[in-house]
Amino acid sequence: MSQHVPMHEGLFTWPSRKPQLLGSRCNQCSEASFPAQPDCRNCGSRDTDIVELGDRGTLWTWTIQTFMPKQPYHSDETAETFRPYGVGYVEMPGGVRVEARLQANSPEDLQIGMPMQLDIIPFRTEENGEQKMTFSFSPVMET
Amino acid sequence: MDVAIIGIGLHRFGRSPDMTGMQQGASAVRAALTDAGLSWQDMQFAYGGSQDAGNADALVNELGLTGLQFTNIWNGCATGGSSLHAAYSAIKSGEYDVGVVVGFDKHPRGAFNPQPKEWGLDDWYGETGLMLTTQFFALKTQRYMHDHGITEDALIRVSEKAFNNGSLTPTAWRQQAFSYEEIANSAMVSHPLRKYMFCSPAEGGAALIICNADKAHQYSTNPLFLKAAAVRTRHYGSFEVFAPSQAMTVADAPTVTASNAAFEVAGIGPEDIDVIQLQDTDSGTEIMHMAENGFCDHGEQEKLLREGATGINGRMPINTDGGCLANGEPVGASGLRQVYEVCVQLRGEGGARQVPNQPKVGYTHVYGAPGISGVNIITK
Ligand SMILES: [Zn+2]
Repeated sequence: MSQHVPMHEGLFTWPSRKPQLLGSRCNQCSEASFPAQPDCRNCGSRDTDIVELGDRGTLWTWTIQTFMPKQPYHSDETAETFRPYGVGYVEMPGGVRVEARLQANSPEDLQIGMPMQLDIIPFRTEENGEQKMTFSFSPVMET
Repeated sequence: MDVAIIGIGLHRFGRSPDMTGMQQGASAVRAALTDAGLSWQDMQFAYGGSQDAGNADALVNELGLTGLQFTNIWNGCATGGSSLHAAYSAIKSGEYDVGVVVGFDKHPRGAFNPQPKEWGLDDWYGETGLMLTTQFFALKTQRYMHDHGITEDALIRVSEKAFNNGSLTPTAWRQQAFSYEEIANSAMVSHPLRKYMFCSPAEGGAALIICNADKAHQYSTNPLFLKAAAVRTRHYGSFEVFAPSQAMTVADAPTVTASNAAFEVAGIGPEDIDVIQLQDTDSGTEIMHMAENGFCDHGEQEKLLREGATGINGRMPINTDGGCLANGEPVGASGLRQVYEVCVQLRGEGGARQVPNQPKVGYTHVYGAPGISGVNIITK
């Protein structure tokens, strides 16, 4: 099995059977941040801890990226294979709105307020065969 | 001490293939000096900025090595507002009597591609495709429309007005008006914003000569007065560009605080303004900025647009030269182009786009990443 490596350390629990987004919470004012940071952007305190923000949330706003972004965008895609992707802010139970790629990429499939779930997905393959994983959200499928 | 604007200069926005960005800046300074009847040797100080066209202080190689104080300003899309604020403070302090503010730029074609490290972010944010200003404005507009009952009709009308005003402005880049249908049927770029609802990076230069108001009449028979200049950054909780996460509680945007501060200094309110320039990098932001700057309530915009209130002949003319939508955005110059246009209107030199009834008070607002706003109030 090829190696699955996060795009960046500390964005989500990995490896994990049920990955969670990771952020930081301030012990002085209780505000949370994503990604985790050592200082609090609300009160300036440096007394913060890394916390799990959850793996489900609510869609707060969304758009669809229809054209392939220029560098620094770095995926495996070419102009021919580029597939539009959704982008949104998802309200997490950990108390912060997180910007993320969305798997859905059609306006019919996205609605403010809809429940969303976290997916850790392969984003690009490096020359050494490593698969870089990133976080994304998709609408919760009710069964 | 009051501050006067005694000279204005513009190097036409759009494309000047035979000129560097720096040369376009020099061209704007020369035009402003001619307008003021002064020479570069008269300038005691300068503030200037550019994103992609070099350090502004290198302009001395074109304009003359006179030894003046020249400070470079870089504050994203708010660079022009910040440069003017710095010059305003230099005059207010009493240190200088007369100086120049200049902005210019020349961007590569296509969308901007900001780099994460320059904004205190890690590479993954850019690499995974989350760091686009177009996305942010679409995300903010989408939520705003949801919260305040704005429909696509309002987005279309902002663009329709912008390109119509551009068609009346000889210095505008886009000189072609688009019909409502052409805008409504243009390609969807970043939902809910379509192709003809976005401005493009461009080229151009703008410059202002400003001086101590007590001495303005020595230089000029028709000085204008910069009654207030305010620049503010974001608070915790305001919804801003290049933010991997946002707080749950929503705070006022920096535009709201900059606008309030400027009105307080000028001692007037939004109802006293006759001609308005708002940052309109896309039609959604013009709508949001109408309310953030205090010119209407949230949600009232659609009705105002339908009534034509923001047109040249309306009761609150906004972006009379077509704004960023019709002029494009050379980042360093854009905020000063707004001031230039307000000065043209207050002087009554707007020609086909002139606001009627002799406007006396003008307002400019610029917004930049990662959450900076600059507001100026200018009077006759
Ligand atoms: Zn805190």
